[in-house]
Amino acid sequence: MSTPSTFYGYRRENGRVGVRNYVAILPVDDISNAACEAVTSNIQGTIALPHAYGRLQFGEDLDLHFRTMIGTGSNPNIAACVVIGIEPGWTKRIVDGIAETGKPVAGFSIEQNGDIETIARASRQAKDFVHQTSGQQREECDLSEIWVSAKCGESDTTTGLASCPAVGNLYDKLIPTGIYGVFGETSEITGAEHLCAARAVTPEIGEKFMRTFQAYQDEVIEPFKTSDLSDSQPTKGNIEGGLTTIEEKAMGNLEKIGKEVSYVDVLGPAEAPAAGPGLYFMDSSSAAAECVTLMAAAGYTVHVFPTGQGNIVGNPIIPVVKLTGNPRTVRTMSEHIDVDVSGVIRREMTISDAGDALIDMMVETANGRLTAAEALGHKEFVMTKLYRSA
Amino acid sequence: MSIPHLLVHDKRDNVGVVVVEGLTAGTEMLCVVTEDNSDFSLVVNDDVPIGHKVALADLSDGDTAIKYGQDIGRIVDTVATGSHVHTHNLKTKRW
Repeated sequence: MSTPSTFYGYRRENGRVGVRNYVAILPVDDISNAACEAVTSNIQGTIALPHAYGRLQFGEDLDLHFRTMIGTGSNPNIAACVVIGIEPGWTKRIVDGIAETGKPVAGFSIEQNGDIETIARASRQAKDFVHQTSGQQREECDLSEIWVSAKCGESDTTTGLASCPAVGNLYDKLIPTGIYGVFGETSEITGAEHLCAARAVTPEIGEKFMRTFQAYQDEVIEPFKTSDLSDSQPTKGNIEGGLTTIEEKAMGNLEKIGKEVSYVDVLGPAEAPAAGPGLYFMDSSSAAAECVTLMAAAGYTVHVFPTGQGNIVGNPIIPVVKLTGNPRTVRTMSEHIDVDVSGVIRREMTISDAGDALIDMMVETANGRLTAAEALGHKEFVMTKLYRSA
Repeated sequence: MSIPHLLVHDKRDNVGVVVVEGLTAGTEMLCVVTEDNSDFSLVVNDDVPIGHKVALADLSDGDTAIKYGQDIGRIVDTVATGSHVHTHNLKTKRW
């Protein structure tokens, strides 16, 4: 089977290509969610991105907040963006960051205006943006202009046998053609870190990975753990599916990077890749919604998501393509699955067949087909927070 | 080839994965090593759910469980060939 070489996407002002064409209504902070949701209620064709944070954060955690907000608004799947915050300073900082892409963006702040006046003004702006952007046509683009992120969830032993190797096969086939890829889940490399370090493009990048990996162990896991993390990492669902230890889960997770490609750099959470096309590792939580949100904020436009027991996560701005190799999940949760690769464990389908099926579905999705998660309304937008607010 | 009951990633592994639903104790399993498509048969001692592991050798407390040709944890009980391997007899060496 031949790999498609093009797809139809939306060319943006900065040259990047989106696969969706949203007008986003982005709150700077938790208390601006209501105004954003009111604008979305007023103006069809817009999506609000409510979240829980943005007040009294500081230091590295505040940097991550701004990086995630600006990165999300800058994602090529967003055609135009309205930003609403409680006060004008941080609102403007996010507007200015998004404006660097050249896309239409405007900010509104609530203090000294109130919700009702802010909602009215933001709604008029949102309506203008909908008119400006909703007629944009898709154009044929080289497949290498898709940025594909990958993270698995509610894994079981079939993910290591079928669905994660299918993602690995996609990367083995498409990374050499010039796409951007990313994998992450720092805690979920535990037990396979030596194998992951060896897949870096140079020993220096391998050492950078090991420093990132060790920092997660030392700063996130060790100070707070009260047990061996069983039921959390691996999760209850992982254990139900037959995964016993973090080492076993990590081996399956790492199948997502295939057999041949090397990663070219290690990214901080929500950090945009800057070393050119290729595969990247992103320091990230293994929780599905947090990880996909960070990858979307880094600029990835389509996500491929292997699951075993049936994680149902979606994202409001990037389509999440689900695949599973577990026949029980295919049978009991079919409405959540875009690609069935359970033929792999019956030895009816090769890993290469599964990779081709995934590439086909990824291209169809990029062309506009709604994923299962999109059709079912899954829009999990979850910010990563590094520590308590001031 | 018939549909296998059990898949093994690597020839060095001492555990394999049940890939059929409703496997009952006493079944003679068709086991396939995905690395090279070689196969062997093994009788399973327990009812083992899909996705769960079975020991391919007699294992003892302190042994290392090998899957993907890699260390996936420490065996903490005596486990006979063909028996269910999971949280009751296998623990992480980390955390």
